[in-house]
Amino acid sequence: MADERKLECACGAAPMDTDKMWVIMGPQHPFSHGLWTLKAQIDGEIVTDAEPIIGYLHRGWEKECENRTYPKIIPMADRLCYAASMTYTHLYCMTVEKALGIDVPEKAKYIRMVADEICRIQSHLMWLAAVGTDLGNLTVFLWAMREREFFMDLNLRLCGARMTTNFPRIGGVRNDTTELFDRDVLRCVERFEKAIWDVIALVDDSSIFLSRMKGTGYLTREQCVNLGITGPAMRGNGVDFDIRRDDPYDNYDKVDFEVPVLKDGDSYSRYMVRIEEMFQSCKIIKQAMRKVAALGKNAPYRLKVPSRVPAGRAFMRMEDPRGESLMYLVSDGTDKPYRLKVRSPIFVNVSASKPLVQGSRIADVPVIMAMIDMCLGETDR
Amino acid sequence: MFKDPMANPFYPYGGAYNLPYDVSYKLWEIIGGLIAWLINLVFPGNGVSEWLISPEPSNAFALIIFMLIIFIVVFVCTLLSLWMERKVLGRIMDRRGTMIGLKGFLQCVADGLKTFMKENTIPKKIDKMTYMWTLSLIIGASVLIACMIPLSPRWFVVDYGTGLLIIMAIFALAPFFILVSGWAQNNKYSLIGGMRAAELMISYEVPILILIATTCLLAGSFNIGDIVNAQFGSTWFIIPQIVGFITFIFCATAEAERVPFDIAEAEAELVEGWQTEYAGMKWGLIMLAEYFRGYVSCAMVVIMYLGGWLIPFAPAEINGWAPEIVFLLKAWFVFFIMIVLRGALARVRTDQIVNIGWKVFMPLSVINLAIVLLLKIGGIY
Amino acid sequence: MSETIRDPTEDRIRSELESRFGDRVRIDKTEPRRVYVTVPREDVFDVCSFIRDALCFEHVSAVTGNDMVDRMEVVYHLSNYNTGIMIEITTVLPADDLRVKSVSSLWEGCNWHERETYELFGIVFEGHPKLERLLTPDTYEFYPFRKSYKLRGQP
Repeated sequence: MADERKLECACGAAPMDTDKMWVIMGPQHPFSHGLWTLKAQIDGEIVTDAEPIIGYLHRGWEKECENRTYPKIIPMADRLCYAASMTYTHLYCMTVEKALGIDVPEKAKYIRMVADEICRIQSHLMWLAAVGTDLGNLTVFLWAMREREFFMDLNLRLCGARMTTNFPRIGGVRNDTTELFDRDVLRCVERFEKAIWDVIALVDDSSIFLSRMKGTGYLTREQCVNLGITGPAMRGNGVDFDIRRDDPYDNYDKVDFEVPVLKDGDSYSRYMVRIEEMFQSCKIIKQAMRKVAALGKNAPYRLKVPSRVPAGRAFMRMEDPRGESLMYLVSDGTDKPYRLKVRSPIFVNVSASKPLVQGSRIADVPVIMAMIDMCLGETDR
Repeated sequence: MFKDPMANPFYPYGGAYNLPYDVSYKLWEIIGGLIAWLINLVFPGNGVSEWLISPEPSNAFALIIFMLIIFIVVFVCTLLSLWMERKVLGRIMDRRGTMIGLKGFLQCVADGLKTFMKENTIPKKIDKMTYMWTLSLIIGASVLIACMIPLSPRWFVVDYGTGLLIIMAIFALAPFFILVSGWAQNNKYSLIGGMRAAELMISYEVPILILIATTCLLAGSFNIGDIVNAQFGSTWFIIPQIVGFITFIFCATAEAERVPFDIAEAEAELVEGWQTEYAGMKWGLIMLAEYFRGYVSCAMVVIMYLGGWLIPFAPAEINGWAPEIVFLLKAWFVFFIMIVLRGALARVRTDQIVNIGWKVFMPLSVINLAIVLLLKIGGIY
Repeated sequence: MSETIRDPTEDRIRSELESRFGDRVRIDKTEPRRVYVTVPREDVFDVCSFIRDALCFEHVSAVTGNDMVDRMEVVYHLSNYNTGIMIEITTVLPADDLRVKSVSSLWEGCNWHERETYELFGIVFEGHPKLERLLTPDTYEFYPFRKSYKLRGQP
């Protein structure tokens, strides 16, 4: 490497040897939101090579599940991702329901959808906050966190917990919506749709923010697909695919929403996709809430399910706030799963960090990796 | 001895009246006179008490007190601007800022004391001499220029003929020390941070010097008092030099290494940049030095564009009351602009700052120079 | 090879796979948007590259290892971005010869899935660019997700 990079001295004297340097960013580094390491080889300021290292949080989640009965896994699934805990629990319940071959009541489906989309907005707001700090602006962080607080309160109203909700159950949800919940949801969502424009105006009208995001972390569509990147990061690269629309679970085929897709493939388009997704989530929440209200107070929201799952296999996938998450369940007829595999979107997205950051400046690395929206709980499992 | 300090044959400022010296001289007359009287009570008729109140020692001791007064005033001003930053930034971010003790002011003092009590960690594999010396030089240079800023015609340390240039020269020394210190710390983040400080310096130093030269051209002098008086005579220089004012605010922000341009310590990617290995008290002092530099930047803006310590169109009596307060209020107003910039903007990238420096600031400062030359030739100034 | 079918249906996938590979692949069942296939391990790579190139399955959701005590299984979940169809390919490895050809040359996204399966189950993916431990420390000399590795309290 060194002989390729001999700099000619202006005086014509002996050429200067330059060398590349490995900078280890993480696990205790302000840019790594969670415990992971990015080894970056830099040539001056430009990243020439990168290697992500994960596994600091590996708890053997899948193995742990083999030792627990089916209902006991629900709170564990909450802990997979702290920013959007409801999605994994929901996915787990759907997988077991598929293995059981049961269909949950309509009301439970809609309540789960509302809960899911609340979690999606929460997670995206958390991501927006992280983008703010990675760009060196604390205002975006605090404003996004302020908005997030309202959705945390909605969670509190719905299931009594703010983060790890422990709410979906196999065969439904734990409880019905509380009184006036639909009013609170509508108020919160309508308020949010106005208030988020503060943050958007702060970021989008500022040429510094734009110049930091535009043109960085560029990937072509083919690269993106081949690397297995999913979720908003993929839709920012022009792949028009959303599991909620193209492979619908629950009642996502009965609500009307759009899938934002941008073709630029840089950090800014990933940012825009996420912002637009929040508005679409609001739309879904409103429709689903109306359906819940239409079903009436006495509609069933939970089925009784057997504690033993018949032998067989089942898998389900869903659109996590961060991408495609999949659970694969092998059951041997007992009350404990034989094998439960979790496919986490970040696990794959992080593996693509080398092509993402290669060639960009080291100052752009936090921004590019922020667009992946790291969450290490689900990555390491 | 002498009722008027200026009657003292060793008075250091010639014909000019100096308020802090006056105060310190009178303080010493009280303290020294008390000591002399006490000694005289015990040992009547000794030489020490005679000596203590004779002209030369009075002058020397008064100078020591004078130094303390100058430093304490600057120190308190800096703490006030630190407190203002916390409060204003808090309000921008929709929170309250520091709350405890004199509306949160004592929090600064508490934080200072806290850093002083921390463990003084020094890494093993560093170049210790350079590590400590560059730190002292950075802090020393910052304190020096902060003390050298005159607050009014009666509040100055030395009345240089080339005051602005000397302040600028010492101000521009810090990036060299940062570069050396980044190397001495034997840490990759510090090294990159130090390199970035140099990169930052070459991008704003030239425009800032052109802008200073322009102002001096307009005023016809490098002396700070003359520049201020020239603005009182005509208009504030912000009116003919509005372009220069805007450019200078940004350059001064870069000089003080505040948020849009704090790339040398970009905490998102470089942990703390060149300050990474400075712990405890050393870090606290660096932080303080940074606020000193912010204060100096604001003071330079006030001197060069906002009419210094004089209120326009006001009669001489009003301007004679408290010019120091007027000056500080203007400086804090400029600092307020800097805080709002910090609240609203993200950090720029290294290539962007060089781009902005040479493609935006440089032409703007030259345009500003051209406007001033035209005004000068046209005989308006 | 025939031209790429951009949005295949379940029946089309069944017929294409059967006509191409005959009885080397066994189609277990189809559901709406799901096709379940069993493939012997020698043919995994061929079937995968056929599914990728001819049927336009651009994405691998997961590569899963599965310890059935007397044998091991590797399960691939392939997905199509145009229709949302998923194919589940199950391949059985005998317990004494845990080797299968890597598909990470087809889909780079499989890279870490295969590394994970290797470190947790000891299944060797031949032709993988970097088959090292990913989540667990390099010093581990056992494969923690095998059934022979007992947790506390596990019979």
